Amino acid sequence: MSASVTERRVAVAAQRKNSLHRQRMWALWGSYIALGVFVVMFLVPPFYTLMTSLKSSAEISAQVGSPWLVKHPSLENFWYLITYPNFQRYYLNSVIVTILTVAVSMVISVLAAFSLSRMGFWGSQTLSTGVFLTYLVPPSLLFIPLFQIIGQLGLINNFWCLVILYPTLAVPFCTWIMIGYFSSIPRELDEAALIDGAGYLQMLWKIFIPVAMPGIIAATIFAFTVSWGAFLYPLAYLYTSNQMVLTVGIISDLIRGDVFQWGKIMAACLLASLPPIVIYAFLMDYYVAGLTAGATKG
Amino acid sequence: MAEVSVRKVVKEYEGGVQAVKGIDLDIADHEFVVLVGPSGCGKSTTLRMIAGLEEITSGEIWIGGDVVNDVPPRDRDIAMVFQNYALYPHMSVFDNMAFGLKLRKFPKDEIKRRVDDAARILDIVPLLDRKPRALSGGQRQRVAMGRAIVRNPKVFLFDEPLSNLDAKLRVQMRTEIKKVHQTIPTTTVYVTHDQIEAMTLADRVVVMNGGVIEQVGTPQELYHNPASRFVAGFIGSPAMNFLPCRIQDGANGGLAVRVTDSIIVPIPPARVDRYGAYKGKEMVLGIRPEHLFEHRDHGKPGWTRVDLPVDVVEPMGMETMVHFFVEGTPVCARIDPATHAAPGEMLPLTADLNQMHLMLPDTGRVV
Repeated sequence: MSASVTERRVAVAAQRKNSLHRQRMWALWGSYIALGVFVVMFLVPPFYTLMTSLKSSAEISAQVGSPWLVKHPSLENFWYLITYPNFQRYYLNSVIVTILTVAVSMVISVLAAFSLSRMGFWGSQTLSTGVFLTYLVPPSLLFIPLFQIIGQLGLINNFWCLVILYPTLAVPFCTWIMIGYFSSIPRELDEAALIDGAGYLQMLWKIFIPVAMPGIIAATIFAFTVSWGAFLYPLAYLYTSNQMVLTVGIISDLIRGDVFQWGKIMAACLLASLPPIVIYAFLMDYYVAGLTAGATKG
Repeated sequence: MAEVSVRKVVKEYEGGVQAVKGIDLDIADHEFVVLVGPSGCGKSTTLRMIAGLEEITSGEIWIGGDVVNDVPPRDRDIAMVFQNYALYPHMSVFDNMAFGLKLRKFPKDEIKRRVDDAARILDIVPLLDRKPRALSGGQRQRVAMGRAIVRNPKVFLFDEPLSNLDAKLRVQMRTEIKKVHQTIPTTTVYVTHDQIEAMTLADRVVVMNGGVIEQVGTPQELYHNPASRFVAGFIGSPAMNFLPCRIQDGANGGLAVRVTDSIIVPIPPARVDRYGAYKGKEMVLGIRPEHLFEHRDHGKPGWTRVDLPVDVVEPMGMETMVHFFVEGTPVCARIDPATHAAPGEMLPLTADLNQMHLMLPDTGRVV
């Protein structure tokens, strides 16, 4: 009797194990299929961009064979752009605008987040929520009134206007990230610093910024992305080649009327993508850690 | 080093909630004072007010002869050890300990000398290059203490520093803290909710409850002469037994405590005068478990026999806790482990009434 009970228990356990194994197998298959679709959707466009950038204008216009393959790979499009003064100017403008945008945005965000999360003044909670609500206003709505302001400042068709404009897009979200990060730092740390003799600025500089570095990197990457990839604002505010940044420079220079220089456009896109790729590759771990900080109790 | 005085200090939060209700406390130079009490009694708030981390609603705090109500924490010359250590995670142990000295612009060689000295006292010399994340809980707490020691402040403040440690480590660190205070006898205010910690560490214990000080005294004073039912119940583990009773006439012109019809025990002659005024009144009898033990034939004056039905037996190795119910009131006795006790059986016990306490049922005041 007891032997039969034992056998039945063993059988039930084996059945459960098989069932779990089957469930896991289906879950894995589901994951692979979803990942496969994801890879196709997200990697095919860059692949097509790369293939086209390696083709000569003649090969592109010949339209012979598969558009996904290159018959005579060439770097002539890249070489053309690297030696093209306008492209160099766009690149330089983008770098200047982005560095300054990131610097301005981060200084404002870190100071704002520190005071909102740690100084505990009257209305700081409401102000924190207000900062986030600002981020929800679509940039496409803001650029019309901002056009008036920039016009009054005499900065239309001057890339320095972007150094003023981009922080208005980057600061709210960066501040929000930093508020979250600073709030996750135990309050005893500031109290220990206060007792050790630190003032608020010393506390920020010597304790909060080093401890919140993953959050600062996440916010920096966000500010960089906003500045480097923005299209609408430079399109609206800049119209001469010497002031343009990469995003508008590429299309306005390499599309002449109905002539699209696809090879050069694609090569320019790849060259323009290099800085974000390099930065993301080095800082991705910090970025993810920064965005998810405070999501779980440590 | 300095004395600390708290004069009529009140802390009221928004909404009128009073965390501290006008307490007075004088702490002598070199003294180790422990504030103890249940959660929400105001002990941590008091400590934080001494540290300058909480503003005072009214009253005065004096450190070293100066009123420090409006002095920021950094200028009070105090050092604090927190429950969760509050070590700077990006700094090495050395830098954590040196941080306060660097901010105060101490010369480098002086900083090194002080950190090395503190590290030697706390036995953390091999850890100086490590980051806090590479340390165990006990090591982190040592570093936190080291950070306080290097500053050589007037006052050490400890806010439940052992609460995050496991039981074994807590006992070890308790001894360490006591040893450090013996080596560096800085005035210390220590907050804990653990009465054993309070009793073992303190020169004087301050028992707080509901924002007021219930009693201040040496551990022995609090244990033997509690001022109130709260203190009597809070100090001692397991807690004191409390039994409703009535004082009545006893044999030979003495007094007796009537707990139930079958439990009427004589009050020791030495206490008859003290309790005479309460004859015929309802009172609360307080007796600690250690004063209720297995019956011994060779009795002493003030010892009396009571027989109680055993409810639960808890053998602890060096002693056995036996639990009873006396007319619905739980009672605990601490008996010799060799004594036989089994649930449901009557157990003859001896009550040492020389150690009894009588309290007023309404105010809880010990008479």
